[in-house]
Amino acid sequence: MNTYATRTRNSRPEPFAVHVGLGERLGLAHMDWPLTIAAVALIAFSVFTLGQATQNDVPGDPNYFLERQTIYALLGIVGMFVLTRIDYSRFRELRVGIYTFLCTTVTLVFFFGFAARGSRRAFELPFFSFQPSELGKLLLVLALAGFVIDGARRGSEVQRTVRYLCLGLAPAGLVFLQPDLGTSLVYVVATLAVMYFGGVPWTHFAVIGGALVALIALVLVVAPAVGTPILKGYQEERLTSFLNPDEHQSGAGYQQNQSVIATGAGQLSGRGDKATQTRLDFVPERHIDFIFAVIGERYGFMGDAFVLSLYALLFWRALRITTLSKNSYGTLVAGGIAVALLFQTFVNVGMNLGIMPITGIPLPLMSYGGSSVLATFLAIGVLQSINVQAHLSQKGRFAW
Amino acid sequence: MYLRNDSKPQGSRLSLRVAVAGGVGAVLFAVLFFRLWNLQVLSGDEYLAEAQNNRTREIKVIAPRGDILDRNGEVLVDNRASLALQLNTTKLPEDPAEEKAELARLGELAHMSLRKVRRTIAEEEEVAAGAPVTLRRDVGFELIAYIEENQEEFPGVSVERVFVRNYPDGTRAAHLVGSVGEVDKEELKEPEFKDLEPGDEVGKGGVEYSYDKFLRGDPGHTRIQVNALGEPTPGGQLVSEPPTPGNNLKLTIDGEVQAAGEGGLGARGLPGAFISMNIDNGEILAMGSNPTFDPSELIEPSQAQVDQLYRDPVLAPLVNRATEGAYPTGSIFKIITALAALENGQITPDTVVQDNGQIEVGTDTFENAGGVAHGAVELRRALQVSSDVYFYLLGLDMWKTNELQEWAHKLGIGRPAGLDLPEEGETLLPDKQWRNQLFKEKLTDRPWSAGDNIQLATGQGDLQTNPLQMALAYAALGNGGTIPTPHVGLEVEDAAGRVLKEFKFKPQRKIHIDPGFRTAILEGLHAAAQEGDGTAAGVFGGFPIEIAGKTGTAERDDHADQSWFAALSPYPNPRIVTIATVEEGGFGAESAAPVVLDILEAIYDKQASAVSSGGGAE
Repeated sequence: MNTYATRTRNSRPEPFAVHVGLGERLGLAHMDWPLTIAAVALIAFSVFTLGQATQNDVPGDPNYFLERQTIYALLGIVGMFVLTRIDYSRFRELRVGIYTFLCTTVTLVFFFGFAARGSRRAFELPFFSFQPSELGKLLLVLALAGFVIDGARRGSEVQRTVRYLCLGLAPAGLVFLQPDLGTSLVYVVATLAVMYFGGVPWTHFAVIGGALVALIALVLVVAPAVGTPILKGYQEERLTSFLNPDEHQSGAGYQQNQSVIATGAGQLSGRGDKATQTRLDFVPERHIDFIFAVIGERYGFMGDAFVLSLYALLFWRALRITTLSKNSYGTLVAGGIAVALLFQTFVNVGMNLGIMPITGIPLPLMSYGGSSVLATFLAIGVLQSINVQAHLSQKGRFAW
Repeated sequence: MYLRNDSKPQGSRLSLRVAVAGGVGAVLFAVLFFRLWNLQVLSGDEYLAEAQNNRTREIKVIAPRGDILDRNGEVLVDNRASLALQLNTTKLPEDPAEEKAELARLGELAHMSLRKVRRTIAEEEEVAAGAPVTLRRDVGFELIAYIEENQEEFPGVSVERVFVRNYPDGTRAAHLVGSVGEVDKEELKEPEFKDLEPGDEVGKGGVEYSYDKFLRGDPGHTRIQVNALGEPTPGGQLVSEPPTPGNNLKLTIDGEVQAAGEGGLGARGLPGAFISMNIDNGEILAMGSNPTFDPSELIEPSQAQVDQLYRDPVLAPLVNRATEGAYPTGSIFKIITALAALENGQITPDTVVQDNGQIEVGTDTFENAGGVAHGAVELRRALQVSSDVYFYLLGLDMWKTNELQEWAHKLGIGRPAGLDLPEEGETLLPDKQWRNQLFKEKLTDRPWSAGDNIQLATGQGDLQTNPLQMALAYAALGNGGTIPTPHVGLEVEDAAGRVLKEFKFKPQRKIHIDPGFRTAILEGLHAAAQEGDGTAAGVFGGFPIEIAGKTGTAERDDHADQSWFAALSPYPNPRIVTIATVEEGGFGAESAAPVVLDILEAIYDKQASAVSSGGGAE
């Protein structure tokens, strides 16, 4: 039925396999439909919420955010289907090119990016400001997974671990310098996730964990104490104010406090158009970082719980694909994507609910923003590709 | 290492890692769900309340103060709508240089120095941080128009409609009505101001102060919906509770009489004061002081006005000389000396004294005014021609006792008059104890002597009193011994004129005055005012209403003589005491008596033709 069954060990996979039926040809038959539905439902809810909650945000253009997010969503969905049909294994071969592209683009914003709020992280394109670090999350996973597979037999375990860490932390450091602390943290987590699924020993993670604790202590306690702060003042305040929001009523703590009030005020079924916290600007950046609070206030626990359930579904299906993958590369990629999505979801929702610091990490598929929506859909397309390829290879087995 | 990309990763090691990742994910989602449940379902009520509270702001709607009316209902003080220049300091430019430039531009427009602008802001921020600062009240429409046309040059500047006190007759009763101003920090601590907030206006003097709680209304409130910047949102007016205007205060003052007094005194062109009071119930019909001022100048005084109003210790236009002055009174004091001597049995009304023009006590000689000898005089004659020698002798008789001081004290000299205005000055009734105490402290060169009492007997020497206190003494004489409580507050009315409260001022005390003595003194005063060679006959001789009156010419150090006149009218059963004094006005009949005449003419609404200038000697 398909050509993959007859592939020899070292043959290259066909990038565009020719299938018989239409569904086969589009790769739809072997898509993970729960994953697709979860992703589409999230972006649909995002569009719906933006349409209702941002009507007064842009004077004279009540549908500004609605229209743009719809376009991003449609582009994203198309991108997802395209990637579904591509054999992700191609990316392993392209790892050096992908990695180079990633590092180049996140570097170029320093020179050609436009500055917004003291940070250079995006290129201004005619209809769209493109933020390379968003797509970079996916690129990093694709490239690093390739490096891990490729280097699996080279060097000692310690050398390998150090190599992976360096490969992952280089772009993370570049993004950190933009400065974009939140995205750089996603890079770090994605790197660790790929290493984790790549079999790096537990002991190494223990050491990395210890080093992380030491680093955090250095950044937040020691460096400011000796007068050479590494984080900018607002970054540190955002990171620590959630621990005692009342002390920062007017600054970072204020935003978070307002977000918590908004969410809580939604109660079980939400306030609908009576929502005041998010409608009257008490919650800042509500269409980006605090959209979960908007949903919480407008649609209550039912809305937020629905969204959280979709993310849980998304994470479960992504994790499931790690076990179905026809090869280790797919496992690593799927694991990296799954954990990155989980991390972004948890940090953003936790920030909205006042239990995580403000890091500026968008909520995948919910927050307004073309780069984030596109990148997330492309990542899900890669997951779909892994799923499709697993089915096509006839070697997949159903884990759950 | 389990990695072998050519085949599916091997089973158990990967499964463990996936399971651990799944477990971590499950825990994280559980944390989020739990937090969400806690926030929205368990504590939702609290957050909803907080959100409600967040989005509304209460805006106070200022209540206009009540009007101040005279006893006939004529308006002395009302309100007019005015525009106030306000500044929202949070919207000032962040750049210090730009901020300074804007404040300087504003100051120039509002006729304030940059320093004063900054000080005003600092002061208002101290009492009400974050609230808009009222830079200047009562600005002109031209200024407002200019600022609105050049809005971009004045970020944060706004105009608010406020009520400003309006004085239709300018200086009329200026010292009585007082002024209003923002409640200060000390006042806010007092119980009577407990409902007030910084920035609220309260009376700062006169009846505005004493009757503040009636004049002050209750502010209303409008709850409006605001966004996070505190800006009102469209259609967001939620609840509106209209303000309750203050009630009107009707004064005992008769506007026409007041005008007559102010006109008469003003015509003298000298500092002075007058008071006209009902001797039975203490209602003050007119009271004034010269120089005077227009209370509207106090709202936003210019620098020149500040200098003139507040910094001139000689003219001191804000001082109500009728209640805050401190003067010797000259001969109008003699009724007190007479009463003391009569009641103590030193003399009878018919006791005859030989007035040779002067007496000698020890080495001192005390002369009549001008050294005139009046010959044999009894009480009535002594009052008519104002024989000093007669009263010198009474003072000499009583110098070792405290009888003169006791009577003066009983009649209200040297003690608070109980007036319903905050402005009452310090006065002094000199006595033995006072001077001996000073002598002990080496603040004077001699102890109490006969001379001191001789001086007091004719209202000279160290006596420091004011027209109000003298009015009480004359009132008691006129009504037979009742000291009324002087007051200007008559009643409180609502806007429709319904009386809400009538003020009852009980007499302060009663003293026993022998009716015969009273009659004798009044006879003497009547003769002085209107008979023959009476000291004021030149002024009141042709006045159709019979009165009892007494001139006074007080000698003051470093000043020309101060003119006094006290009148009880009508004679012989007086209802009203009227007293005027003119600093450096010369003889009593010369300047004070004509002022009293002006007042009495207004009171009795008679166009009496009195000889205009005083001629009689004292």
